[in-house]
Amino acid sequence: MNKQLLLGAEAIAQAALDAGISGVYAYPGTPSTEITQFIQQSLQARDSGVRSKWSANEKTAYEAALGMSYAGKRALVCMKHVGLNVAADAFMNSAITGVHGGLVVVVADDPSMHSSQNEQDSRVYGKFAMIPVLEPSNQQETYDIVRYAFDLSEDIKLPVLLRIPTRLSHSRAVVAGAEAIPQNQLAPTQEKNRWILLPVNARKGYHSLLEKQAQLIILSEFSKFNKVIPGTGDKAVIAFGIAYNYVMEVIRTYNLNIPVLKLSQYPLPEKKMSEFTEKYREILVAEEGYPVYEELLKGFFGDTKFRGRLDSTLPRTGELSPNILAKALGVKTNDEQAVPSIVAPRPPMLCKGCSHRDLFDALVGAMESYPQRHVFGDIGCYTLGALSPYNAISTCVDMGASVTMAKGAADAGLFPAVAVIGDSTFTHSGITGLLDAVNDKSAVTVIISDNGTTAMTGGQDSSGSGKYYDICKGIGVDESHIREIVPLKRNFEENVRVMKEEFEYDGVSVIISRRECVQRIKSKE
Amino acid sequence: MNKNIIISGVGGQGILTIASIIDLAAMNLGLNVKQAEVHGMSQRGGAVESHLRLSSDEIFSDLIPEGKADLILSIEPMESLRYLPFLSPGGVIITATEPYVNIANYPEEEKLLGTIAGSANHVFVNADLLAKEAGSAKSYNVVMLGAAAPYLDIATEELEKAIGMFFNRKGEEMVNLNIKAFRLGLANSLNE
Repeated sequence: MNKQLLLGAEAIAQAALDAGISGVYAYPGTPSTEITQFIQQSLQARDSGVRSKWSANEKTAYEAALGMSYAGKRALVCMKHVGLNVAADAFMNSAITGVHGGLVVVVADDPSMHSSQNEQDSRVYGKFAMIPVLEPSNQQETYDIVRYAFDLSEDIKLPVLLRIPTRLSHSRAVVAGAEAIPQNQLAPTQEKNRWILLPVNARKGYHSLLEKQAQLIILSEFSKFNKVIPGTGDKAVIAFGIAYNYVMEVIRTYNLNIPVLKLSQYPLPEKKMSEFTEKYREILVAEEGYPVYEELLKGFFGDTKFRGRLDSTLPRTGELSPNILAKALGVKTNDEQAVPSIVAPRPPMLCKGCSHRDLFDALVGAMESYPQRHVFGDIGCYTLGALSPYNAISTCVDMGASVTMAKGAADAGLFPAVAVIGDSTFTHSGITGLLDAVNDKSAVTVIISDNGTTAMTGGQDSSGSGKYYDICKGIGVDESHIREIVPLKRNFEENVRVMKEEFEYDGVSVIISRRECVQRIKSKE
Repeated sequence: MNKNIIISGVGGQGILTIASIIDLAAMNLGLNVKQAEVHGMSQRGGAVESHLRLSSDEIFSDLIPEGKADLILSIEPMESLRYLPFLSPGGVIITATEPYVNIANYPEEEKLLGTIAGSANHVFVNADLLAKEAGSAKSYNVVMLGAAAPYLDIATEELEKAIGMFFNRKGEEMVNLNIKAFRLGLANSLNE
């Protein structure tokens, strides 16, 4: 088959297309965005009518994918790790309903928090939901494992979680594809009771999920993605997912002879694990993410045979690397040069000409006359307004939290209570919070910074474009307090005045600050 | 054949163009390739790097181990030093000399170039000047690729073929302009 140079994310997309998906559902989020983007740009997807438009958030994406599965077709749903928190309700319950058409949920974790608020490990979610988890080590294996995942999902009638870290999602390698298969025919499930999670059915569904666990373990025992790389000595390594690459890099570079158990399919193969672990005196457990299985292997009383993140053999947080593994395996590496002190940090910043810049200038100006200067921020490029010279926002927690945190602070008496939220984040998770504020007549000012796109992740379409005024009006914001401004230097005075007027209003006000993203304009040129 | 290359710059400068052309050439030669990129927040004017690994053997790690990079190819001088821990003893820094100043505490230029010169074998490239000579300031990246060409263990014809493939959809004029940029960068290194 043809060979292509693909990002890990793109390998997932190509494999899903070749596996005959009828749709991909996703909300953009680093490091998962490129999966859906690849499908949106794929001729193969266009020719076979694969639907691929962005969803409003991860929960709507997940539910739509589940609906497609209900109808008998294969669906892919993709998100970043924290997106699974948003989709968690649907995700957990889909393990109880099970699936009909194959459903693969890709969750891209971000250890080291390159572009995220935390480094939560999605394998924990997989274990929590008791569904199979696949964690490939490289791009080719990613392609192969996605093909396998769809078959597995249909065979055992469960969603399958595929977990990849940033480094695999955003790294290219040559990938060979296999022959594409056609999409499933429309064939909705006839087992409706399985999908109606009334307690009487849910109990049955849960039992059926529990009964499947033994079968899942057997599948892992015989999985070609779990394998032993032989070696001698009384020390060994258990390497999960991408950690396997770093271990093998060190073993090859320094000519070590250490047995390795590579694991990429969960739940863990019990027999394989016990046969391997009982042979060795000391075992390094290398996991990219939380020490999930190290903790399990060590047990409550802390079996010292197992080394890893919990006993400082590996760092407790952050991504692994070849050098970290070399040290853990007792290899003395050369003394590397340090970064010269002349090198200054270069953090990301708002682009030249960015509309958020002029918004923050006006906002800082408007806040100046108040003794309490707190602005509740949100997730997007405009989070960079927290940095100098603006120092304009005080919080960034989760998608949509600006609106509801401002509301809670207003309820506590904070004045003014101001939220800044991007257009895409507002439709992702801000609308319901605004409704709470309207119903409670909270004295909040919500500034929607509308640059017409989901900019942080590279300029994807924003699901509410052109509808923000109507949305706010529709949920009951008084029209005389829905203001529209254009963030430009020449409008500074006027924008400050509008903001102050709305801060002073004892009720819910919305300021829509609208100017297109400069990157978006550039990409259109 | 084994080559580990760190390509560095500032988000938005387009370091991935260089990586993509080398990838193409390596693939045409049947080599294994791994290329880790930076997407997301850092692309907004922050420091960015790409780990590019080429080998006739299987490549395991997507990241180059510290102390194992044969080359740091930087399109911004300060950024060339940020990845110094990755450079192998005897490795080479090839860097453009034009600073990209978007921070208040950017170091003094002369001192910066002096530190680079004192840190490793190096090639300085006045990439902006050469790019304009080639016909477009935008060919900056390809000038840098040309400057790196003698250190890549890939024949220049193969790299030029890859440039042709990469710019093909933008028309013959763009291909010729970039070939010219490549050759100017190459000549700069050969004259060092």
